[in-house]
Amino acid sequence: MTDHDKRTLYRLQACPFCERVVRKLEGYGLDYESRFVEPLHSERDSVRRVSGSRTVPAFVDPETGATLTESANIVEYLDAYYGNGGT
Amino acid sequence: MELGFDVVELPPHDAPSEGDEAPDFVRPLVNDEYWEDTALSEVAPALLVFYPMNGSFPATYIWQEVRDRGWTDETDVVGVTISTPYSHKRFLDEYGVDARLFADPSNDVAREYGVEHDLDGMEGVEEPRPAVFAVDDDMTVEYAWVAEEHPEFPPYDEVVGAVDGL
Repeated sequence: MTDHDKRTLYRLQACPFCERVVRKLEGYGLDYESRFVEPLHSERDSVRRVSGSRTVPAFVDPETGATLTESANIVEYLDAYYGNGGT
Repeated sequence: MELGFDVVELPPHDAPSEGDEAPDFVRPLVNDEYWEDTALSEVAPALLVFYPMNGSFPATYIWQEVRDRGWTDETDVVGVTISTPYSHKRFLDEYGVDARLFADPSNDVAREYGVEHDLDGMEGVEEPRPAVFAVDDDMTVEYAWVAEEHPEFPPYDEVVGAVDGL
């Protein structure tokens, strides 16, 4: 697998905001890869390189080139792009 | 000098040998930044190293040796043991090892490879015995070594030849 050919969710185990995004992805039947990071923000440089921020969830969608942070933004994006009225 | 200690002989194993197909598996694969479910076949060609759990001295010895010999410069080196992804991440960081480690708390991968080791005195805990497989890009085992005693360490000089062949 190359790094950027699949939708990727940067997530933290047991993080409710991440689970919200997971439910939405599953609801739309979207394939994605989960990359789990550590609870400590200082250990999350991989997320910062991708999104500019160390927060999770962060979501990368190669289909549109979108990189998003914050679950509300991600959910809004998924609704808009993959929900009713989307493509 | 007579040293009064016993090296434990391990029972026979049925690990794949040279020319066999390496069993594929999916487990969380941990690097220095995150972990992600990954199949061995996505990683191959690679050197697959089964080892006792993080924190045991064989784990430390084996990975310091891998690091110091620069194997990770030559090829992809992936480890497998029963430790969690969190433990793997700290282990890589603590010893400065540029490899990736599969987390297999159930020890099912070791069992699939026939290299499990049921630990005496740790009820309910099983781990891999040390074993090294060089797996080429079509998942053929090009080299195999499995520990027959506890503890026993990989024949590092011999493995280098397998690394060159990948």
